[in-house]
Amino acid sequence: MTDIPFSPEEEMEKPVETAKKRPNAFLRLLRYTVGKFITLFLAVLIGMYLTILIANMGGYVDEIMKAQIRDRVGISISMDPELRRLPAAERQQMINEIVEVEERRMGLDQPFIRRSFRFLYDAMTLDLGRAQNLTSDSGSAYVRLIILERLPPTLLLMTTASFSLFFISLFIALFLSRHYGSFLDKVVIALSPTSSAPPWFYGIFLLLIFAAVLGWLPFGGMVAAPPPDDPIAYALSLGQHMILPVTAWLLSGIFAGVFGWRTFFLIFSMEDYVELARAKGLPAREIERRYILRPTLPNIITSFALMLIGLWQGAIITETVFRWPGLGTMIYSAVQQFDTAVIVGTNVIYAYLLAVTVFLLDFIYALVDPRVRVGSGGPKA
Amino acid sequence: MKKIFTNLKQYPSAIIGLILILFLIVLSIYVVITIPYSEAIRIWRSGEDAVGNAPRNARPIYVNWFTARKLPETMVIDSADPKAGIEKTITEVATDMWDIQMVIEFDYPYDDFPQELQVILSTTYQEKSPFVTLTWYMPDGERIKIDDISARRQETVRLDQIDRLARRLDGVPASIGLLMIPGSDPYEVQQGTYELHIDSIVFEENSDVDAQFVSMGQVHGVAGTDHRRRDLSLALLWGAPIALAFGFSAALGTTFTTMFIAAVGVWFGGVTDEIIQRITEIYMVLPFLPILIMVGVFYSRSIWTLLLVVILISIFGAAIKNYRAIFLQIKESAYIEAARSYGAGNWRIISRYLVPRIIPILIPSLVSAIPSYVFLEASLALLGLGDPVLPTWGKVINDAQANGALYNGYYYWVLQPAALLMVTGLGFAMIGFALDRIFNPKLREV
Repeated sequence: MTDIPFSPEEEMEKPVETAKKRPNAFLRLLRYTVGKFITLFLAVLIGMYLTILIANMGGYVDEIMKAQIRDRVGISISMDPELRRLPAAERQQMINEIVEVEERRMGLDQPFIRRSFRFLYDAMTLDLGRAQNLTSDSGSAYVRLIILERLPPTLLLMTTASFSLFFISLFIALFLSRHYGSFLDKVVIALSPTSSAPPWFYGIFLLLIFAAVLGWLPFGGMVAAPPPDDPIAYALSLGQHMILPVTAWLLSGIFAGVFGWRTFFLIFSMEDYVELARAKGLPAREIERRYILRPTLPNIITSFALMLIGLWQGAIITETVFRWPGLGTMIYSAVQQFDTAVIVGTNVIYAYLLAVTVFLLDFIYALVDPRVRVGSGGPKA
Repeated sequence: MKKIFTNLKQYPSAIIGLILILFLIVLSIYVVITIPYSEAIRIWRSGEDAVGNAPRNARPIYVNWFTARKLPETMVIDSADPKAGIEKTITEVATDMWDIQMVIEFDYPYDDFPQELQVILSTTYQEKSPFVTLTWYMPDGERIKIDDISARRQETVRLDQIDRLARRLDGVPASIGLLMIPGSDPYEVQQGTYELHIDSIVFEENSDVDAQFVSMGQVHGVAGTDHRRRDLSLALLWGAPIALAFGFSAALGTTFTTMFIAAVGVWFGGVTDEIIQRITEIYMVLPFLPILIMVGVFYSRSIWTLLLVVILISIFGAAIKNYRAIFLQIKESAYIEAARSYGAGNWRIISRYLVPRIIPILIPSLVSAIPSYVFLEASLALLGLGDPVLPTWGKVINDAQANGALYNGYYYWVLQPAALLMVTGLGFAMIGFALDRIFNPKLREV
């Protein structure tokens, strides 16, 4: 869902202290950036620790791991024809011994506090362990590799979907703010409540119409099976598979997005200085660029970054509906197969992705927002 | 409040929204009263025993209104039911041997074949079980012997599973072969009046036989059935109160706690504000949906646990920054100064002077937040993390997806819960939208 941008008052609220002191813009930017970096690093650290605590609340995960070790050891011993001849008690003792060694190897005998910090270290260094059931397409069971393999499809789908949503709604909104009150404008206003439904919801309808009834587009997946060898055919097939998910994403966000931006621009275009510019007889395009877009740039960037943040998580269910082989579908499989390592691993990855995005946002913001450079307090968003 | 209402009336979308929500509320109240919670769960959870004669994946009855080709409805004719008006003629054929004859007669006006045909025999006897012969008479007069059965006390005869009958019908399944025009290809229904003759020989004085004929239709009930023969109307009806309760409490819980924390931070300032700000930053890197998934997988899929977790991980959400900005302005107002000068305590100022001022801004966002939580529940259900006991709209969609409903053409299975979700979403969004304009005069001008 698109966030309605902040009202201009909020931005205007702090008077811009014009060039009272301007020691060194670059140093200021550097200090600001380093400060943000440290804060975010701490945030990630704490966030991940919280994740670990949640994941292991009441030692539930330990129990699962112990049960799995016992299960695995039991099976491997009962499968061994030589060991099968041993008397039951002896075999049981042997199982117990191996289980104990395995548990110690996994560090399950240590107190949780100590273990939790080791987990934290592992998580921060992206040592995410091995998956219990899932494997990557190349056959690896390392959670890190599985996730790395799934990142590009998600990135491809979500950047395409989010970027088109963002820019299309921005441009339509600019257009509508020039023609407000027109028929198209009224249509957008009337349709904006439809954005309360998430993309997967529209996805189901699109699948119903274009895949099930009309049969024009595939039900899901990323490329046709078997994948075409020819790169052009591959790209075409990829594009064909992307049409429905991207459309679903657009349908779900576009009306509220356009409405939000349009209202935002309209409020700005009623400011006195815009009226003055108009009275001076400046061309509409010039007004739009210099008097509306420029002052709203920080808001546009904030909204863009918020979209980037949302991009990571928004895909989980849309991907599942379209069987898009990205992170979302991986999470779905992990849920279905109860693969704890993968689920915890994705949480870690998401925390990192979010932190990096927030950091980038702050950095870009600092470049754009004069207040940061001048130094009258940080940005508010 | 009254003013808000008169204002709302100026927005046609708000009126439509109100009607939709009122409809849902009335529906919810009706459902909760007529089908108690425990009863709903019992019917939904008890598997194939409770569903009786419902067919599998049958479309809703209203499908027939739109198509020229009429699909068969489920038909149940029970000889034990006096309303069916089936007479038994009993004749003594030998010593300790009686013949009970029944004819079940029915019209078959549909254009398609039933899903399954069944005869359920209930007999009473002491030692020797009755011997039953089933014979089928088609409208064109043709007579087909179905089977001879030595009937136990409760005997379900599935016509499609009788090998001898299938051989007699040249390998065509009984539910088609018994109703088709002979030799037609593709199979065509022979419409008209059919007769099922049930001839029983009983060997005891008090022995009796009753028969129930079931033709499982391709349409069933107002909402159709799912892959486990459950009537979907139950899930669709009970989905309404659950969705409303969840959406409303989640929206209420998150918006109010967030606002209150923002108010506390702004009012006390200094370290308190700093701590709240930092916690908000930490919360920003907590992935919302993955954490919900983690909790769902590891602990509990109960919808109420989910509610609690949603509130907990939203408390320090990004909205705090918005509220904070507004509170900062309010804090400087003269009337707050006045309150302070008469000696009002901190908590009094927060709860009596700060918070009420923000309510107008809060209400539209609260109303608009409701559908997003309703959809959140559906989203989690779609991932397979729906509440294990409760029937919800999301779970119906999940079942449908898992069983390839779109692929197999069971569109009703997805469309009905989706329509209800849409109604809920639109209703609240429309009202929230209008409220936003009423409370934000700036928006009203444009």
